[in-house]
Amino acid sequence: MNWNTFFLMRHEIVLTLIILLLLLIDVFVDDKKKLNPIAIIAFAVYTLLGFLPLESGSLFGGMFVNSPLINVLKNAMNIGVLMITLSAVSWVNAKMLPLKKVGEFYILLFSSYLGMLFLVSSGHFLMLYLGMELATLPVAALAAYDIFSRKSSEAGIKLILNAALSSGILLFGASIIYMTTGSLYFSSIANNVSNSYLMILGLIMLFAGFGFKISLVPFHFWTADVYEGAPTPVSNYLSVISKGGAIFILMILAFVVFNQLNYLWLPLFYGISIVTMFLGNFFALRQKNLQRFMAFSSVAQAGFILMGMLSFDQMAVTSVVYFIAIYIVSNIGAFGVIQAVGIASGKWEMDDYNGFYRTNPKMALVLMLALFSLAGIPPLAGFFGKFFLYTSAASQGYYWIVFLGILNATIALYYYLLVIRSAFLRTSENPIPYFKSDWYMRISMILVAIALIMLGLYSPFYSYINSLSIL
Amino acid sequence: MDILTLFVVVPVLTVLGLMFAKGKSQFRIIAVVGSAIQSAMAFNLMYQFFKLRDAGDSAVMLFKRDLMWFEPLNIHYSIGVDSISILMIMLTSIIVLTGVFISWEVSDLPKEFFISLIILATGVYGFFISLDLFTMFVFYEIAVIPMYLLIGIWGSGPREYSAMKLTLMLMGASALLLVAIFGLYFNSNADGGPLTFNLFEIAQANIPVSTQIIFFPLAFIGFAVIGALFPFHTWSPDGHASAPTAVSMLHAGVLMKLGGYGVFRVAMYTMPAGAHYWSDFFMVLAVIGVTYGALAAVRQTDLKYINAYSSVSHLGLVLLALLTMNEIGWRGAIMQSLSHGFITALFFALIGMLYGRTHTRIVSKMSGLMSYLPIIGALYVIAGMANLGLPGFSGFVAEMNIFVGAFQNADLFHRVITIIAVSSIVVTAVYILRLVGKMLMGPVMPEYENLKDITWYEKTGAYILVLFITLIGVLPFWWGDIIQEGVKPFIEPLL
Repeated sequence: MNWNTFFLMRHEIVLTLIILLLLLIDVFVDDKKKLNPIAIIAFAVYTLLGFLPLESGSLFGGMFVNSPLINVLKNAMNIGVLMITLSAVSWVNAKMLPLKKVGEFYILLFSSYLGMLFLVSSGHFLMLYLGMELATLPVAALAAYDIFSRKSSEAGIKLILNAALSSGILLFGASIIYMTTGSLYFSSIANNVSNSYLMILGLIMLFAGFGFKISLVPFHFWTADVYEGAPTPVSNYLSVISKGGAIFILMILAFVVFNQLNYLWLPLFYGISIVTMFLGNFFALRQKNLQRFMAFSSVAQAGFILMGMLSFDQMAVTSVVYFIAIYIVSNIGAFGVIQAVGIASGKWEMDDYNGFYRTNPKMALVLMLALFSLAGIPPLAGFFGKFFLYTSAASQGYYWIVFLGILNATIALYYYLLVIRSAFLRTSENPIPYFKSDWYMRISMILVAIALIMLGLYSPFYSYINSLSIL
Repeated sequence: MDILTLFVVVPVLTVLGLMFAKGKSQFRIIAVVGSAIQSAMAFNLMYQFFKLRDAGDSAVMLFKRDLMWFEPLNIHYSIGVDSISILMIMLTSIIVLTGVFISWEVSDLPKEFFISLIILATGVYGFFISLDLFTMFVFYEIAVIPMYLLIGIWGSGPREYSAMKLTLMLMGASALLLVAIFGLYFNSNADGGPLTFNLFEIAQANIPVSTQIIFFPLAFIGFAVIGALFPFHTWSPDGHASAPTAVSMLHAGVLMKLGGYGVFRVAMYTMPAGAHYWSDFFMVLAVIGVTYGALAAVRQTDLKYINAYSSVSHLGLVLLALLTMNEIGWRGAIMQSLSHGFITALFFALIGMLYGRTHTRIVSKMSGLMSYLPIIGALYVIAGMANLGLPGFSGFVAEMNIFVGAFQNADLFHRVITIIAVSSIVVTAVYILRLVGKMLMGPVMPEYENLKDITWYEKTGAYILVLFITLIGVLPFWWGDIIQEGVKPFIEPLL
């Protein structure tokens, strides 16, 4: 193994080093509060390293692949995780510092993220499975991290059971595919795809396993409970990083590995996309708790992403990766504000936000930007993300689903406006009192606000992804 | 920086200025200065435009600028204006300026109010200058969203309901519109060229007739919802009634004009065959809107609802005129857009003034106001007369053109439609005259004795509007010629 091949794995290697370093420091540092800046600075340095140029290549005989496109996604997820850790500091200090459980939080979070990195780089079903397990197990621990909260334990159990079930299904699917093609390498499976019934069964099981991860309807039932019960930074992580990575690898599987079976998965994606958008949105309409609300909103967003995959060409890859990057930022913005409010005042319900703008104008503004971006209102980034997903679907003549998608964006706008109505339109006798967040949170929110405004308008970002999106 | 992009940049700078300003007087000054600069720019643009035209530049669009935006999809930031866009920009800038004057006394969150107002204006300016459907759509949505906050925060009555209804209906309409835009985009390479969102390139592309028939109604309805096409007009009365004064002015005066403008600039220009196929159907809807709006206005008791339904009726005429597809009709449609913009803005400004003094908008609770509020009363009469189409004011000129245009199609169907539409004028006279008679001329009510007449800032706003209403009224041919020039290249594919 020479330096160049080593360099291909730099994300994974550096992150592993950081995790080990944190483990060590955790032992020697008494003032656990100091772990926050250490972890964040280490991760920030690692994030910067990701921007070094990279050639495509593969390792371990093709088990691990990396390419500029994957690198873009990893960088986007890096920034996402960085923002999540920044916004998580206040929660860690408030809840975990007294228990001296600061170090583990970062170690578990980064471990899970390491799994995510392996997952998106996988070129072999074993690597895919390993990555997925590594990504999921620490999150289950994190979901149950708030040990004095019953809901948190419930979230942990629900997540681990669902994850185990879905991993099982996925693994079964992978075994069946191995049975029919005789290989676990993506590249050789792609050459040996047949349309036997066994193959189709394997494919469906595989996609069902992913359906759990991405929380597509009808595999979405765990989402709301877990998001509600888990500590907000963890829900945040689950909703963006976990989902984004799984969607990406699902796309690679569908476009590259099972390209010849597209007559099979296209109608599947088509139907699931519509159902996911509608059900996610309809459930979100009735939610009062903002974490549950965000859970269903993120279910619906996954439906949109699936719609963008329908053209399975360069445009689809571009629009999906582009959307994931934007969705990460938007969701982190919304979750960040919800979390800051929850920690400062203990309020999680929509009605508690009445008069929010009048007491905390800046936070309310970030919330509005994030929600409008999720709803797809220009000139915020989310509009461009959604627009290109629609374009991708429409390019193959799927005008109906585009229409339904935009209709769903309108339904979604309704419930996003409900939150904005509470925060901006209404006044309250007992509003959320003015609070000052710590520096970490502020930096994170400022980054979010800038990204939301600039990411869409700055078109070279899209062109750059497009130039890399050749599968 | 080119002369057109400034129309986006100056409002954005105004917004930034407002963000960092402190104190009510600073907000007002920045808002007034910002919108005054925009008006000055609008007039300068008009002046420059005529200078170029006199110098013999006969391109359809002037001051064109085309920058690549999203290269892989061939999306451009493409701008340019013809005489019609310039008139619309002028209308917008004047109404924004008067709107700022009328909102002088906003006390609740004044900074945010002016910011939202000016963001709305930015969207509208951007819409009128874009030649690329993507850019146009972006600006369209930017114009719609601030309405939610403007009505929801500063509105009255069922403001949350109205704001939500308005936003969702307009966004739902944009779903249709966006599908139509995609339909145009992916059929724009019919001649083997690259896919494009550019309006003129799409119009050159000979989109197959069967495709046009599918996508024309989507584009038409998508735009016409904001132009209050029956039966999609229901957002409009509620929205108007709940909105604060300046927002009603902008809403009725400018925002609803996006509909008619979009229909003729995009829907009919790019899909002429579709337009011919569907024109009769939409004409029936438009004429229902015209009559229904007028009749509904008769039954209303709230001043704002009266004007809201009156707007539905008058904007129905715009759509009707566009669907006649002849030059005179189109000239009338554009004139009606302008004239209705100024007249309703004046109406809503006056209603705001009356409400601020009497604290009611119910007609039956007001009487004999002319003796206490002579200037407001007189202005109201002017607005009313202009609205019902009295010669000398803008409404007469516009409606005259529309009906002459509509009557040119000699078949029975069009004749009947025209006759029904013309009869709406009589109904308009009924509700305006009844209102004026009761509210202004009726027996004097002593409780209104101490009301103060118009203040200087209200006067400034109102007089500017009256000036333009009469200018169109007394110089119809001057305006007509300007409009004619802009209409010509766009109606050619339809003839």
